[in-house]
Amino acid sequence: MSDLGWIHGAITAARPQAIGALLRYFRDMDRAEEAFQDACLRALKNWPEKGPPRDPTAWLILVGRNAALDGVRKQAKVTQLPPDDEISDLGDAETELAERLDGSHYRDDVLRLLFICCHPDLPATQQIALALRIVSGLTVPQIARAFLVGEAAMEQRITRAKARVAKAEVPFEAPGPAERAERVAAVAAMIYLLFNEGYSAGNDPKRAPLCDEAIRLARLLLRLFQTEPEIMGLTGLMLLQQARLVARFDANGEAILLDDQDRTLWDGKLISEGLALVDKAMRHNRPGPYQVQAAIAATHSRAARAADTDWAQIDHLYLALERMQPSPVVTLNRAVVVAKLRGPAAALAMIEPLENSLSGYFHYFGARGAFLLQLGRDQEARTAFDRAIALANTPAEAAHIRRHLDRLMASADGQAS
Amino acid sequence: MLYTLLCYNKEDVVWSWTKEEDDAVMNRLSVVHEKLVRQGKLGPSLRLLPTTAATTLRSGMVIDGPFAETKEQLLGFYVIDVENLDAALEVAKELSAANPTSIYEVRPIALYVPEARPNAPKEMIKVY
Repeated sequence: MSDLGWIHGAITAARPQAIGALLRYFRDMDRAEEAFQDACLRALKNWPEKGPPRDPTAWLILVGRNAALDGVRKQAKVTQLPPDDEISDLGDAETELAERLDGSHYRDDVLRLLFICCHPDLPATQQIALALRIVSGLTVPQIARAFLVGEAAMEQRITRAKARVAKAEVPFEAPGPAERAERVAAVAAMIYLLFNEGYSAGNDPKRAPLCDEAIRLARLLLRLFQTEPEIMGLTGLMLLQQARLVARFDANGEAILLDDQDRTLWDGKLISEGLALVDKAMRHNRPGPYQVQAAIAATHSRAARAADTDWAQIDHLYLALERMQPSPVVTLNRAVVVAKLRGPAAALAMIEPLENSLSGYFHYFGARGAFLLQLGRDQEARTAFDRAIALANTPAEAAHIRRHLDRLMASADGQAS
Repeated sequence: MLYTLLCYNKEDVVWSWTKEEDDAVMNRLSVVHEKLVRQGKLGPSLRLLPTTAATTLRSGMVIDGPFAETKEQLLGFYVIDVENLDAALEVAKELSAANPTSIYEVRPIALYVPEARPNAPKEMIKVY
């Protein structure tokens, strides 16, 4: 890797902690961001010549803070900016700061930063956009592309989110245990949403990096809270889902169902890490929705062939999830498992009461059509698939249903002739 | 003399590498690995999953995470069989040139217990 590549990596990795510390110092998101940008520019100039500092994060925080303060002084025409070679040798100041950063400040700075981005006052779309901008450091055009909106609209969304957060006045004191637990839960929910944005976008190359970013944020959260089984579960869940990315679509970009995927394409490294986290989480005996979903994904991952899938175990896990988090979507998912275990008639009976609450949900009609098709009720299956197509969120989803419909048409033609 | 070369780096940086960046480093390293194999110097070597996947046992208590909170984490290690420290450092330099952001610690080995499983794999196991 070139020097510049190293610098880019170090800056990206340092970003959450550095912005978090600068935010604590300035208590203003825009000033913290500007100070960090300033420090990065100096790093790009300084590090290739002088070599990397012992602690890049501490360097960026200290230089960012000084630069911002100098900016204020300069405006007041009191003193000038110091020459760069003075900044390069921070000596004892850097060491002292580095040591303090290792302590509790670090955890609370990063957590506060994440929490501010997913403050409960913000709608989910603003939470995710703000986190990608502030914590991950994606540019506004990058985020706009990922959300398929214009740059001006995304700029406005982020500005509005910042204003709303500033008004909400998140306290800067170290949070108490209850508050901290609430913040962790809010951050986990935001990361899960971010992942789903990328995951449901399928193989769209502009949106798929959202999944990588969600995993990176989850690992960050997990390093801060190493003994939280739900954070292990969340991280494990996303790793296990992401492991199947390449196998989920064919060469034409059409979705391939789990049963039909080439399992040799699954990413073994992500699966190993995901399974390790699920194992660790289970030891805590404090189950939660993320852990159960991760356990479901783990059960799929452990089956070398689709036919080896332990459907009884998956059914058991979905039942547990239904109890923890009752929702028609969870019941719909369990119905797919019930179809495997007890046949399509039982599954259909299970989902019929859900039609009212899921009347706008693509997957409801997709699953309903599939069950009806298996029962040989072609006409009703076609009606269900028609409704599914109308509700499809992505071209890949629509194409998948279209294939079912084409097959139905072909068999109907066959019978007519 | 047996040495182990311990590879350290900042885990958050390394696990933020894109697949392309990771592959590039691994490809450069494999050139060095193959050379060591040809010279008959390479013993077992391995790469570790991140410390977030680690569990630690301390005084009989199981704790999540790595043994210590450090800035640089142990990412993997090699066992090499070379003449002396100079030769071990030569190997470490080559690895370092292939993977410049990582730090290599050279430690002489005091006890080496060979693989004792009857069905121990003879080939590399790659989980990725």
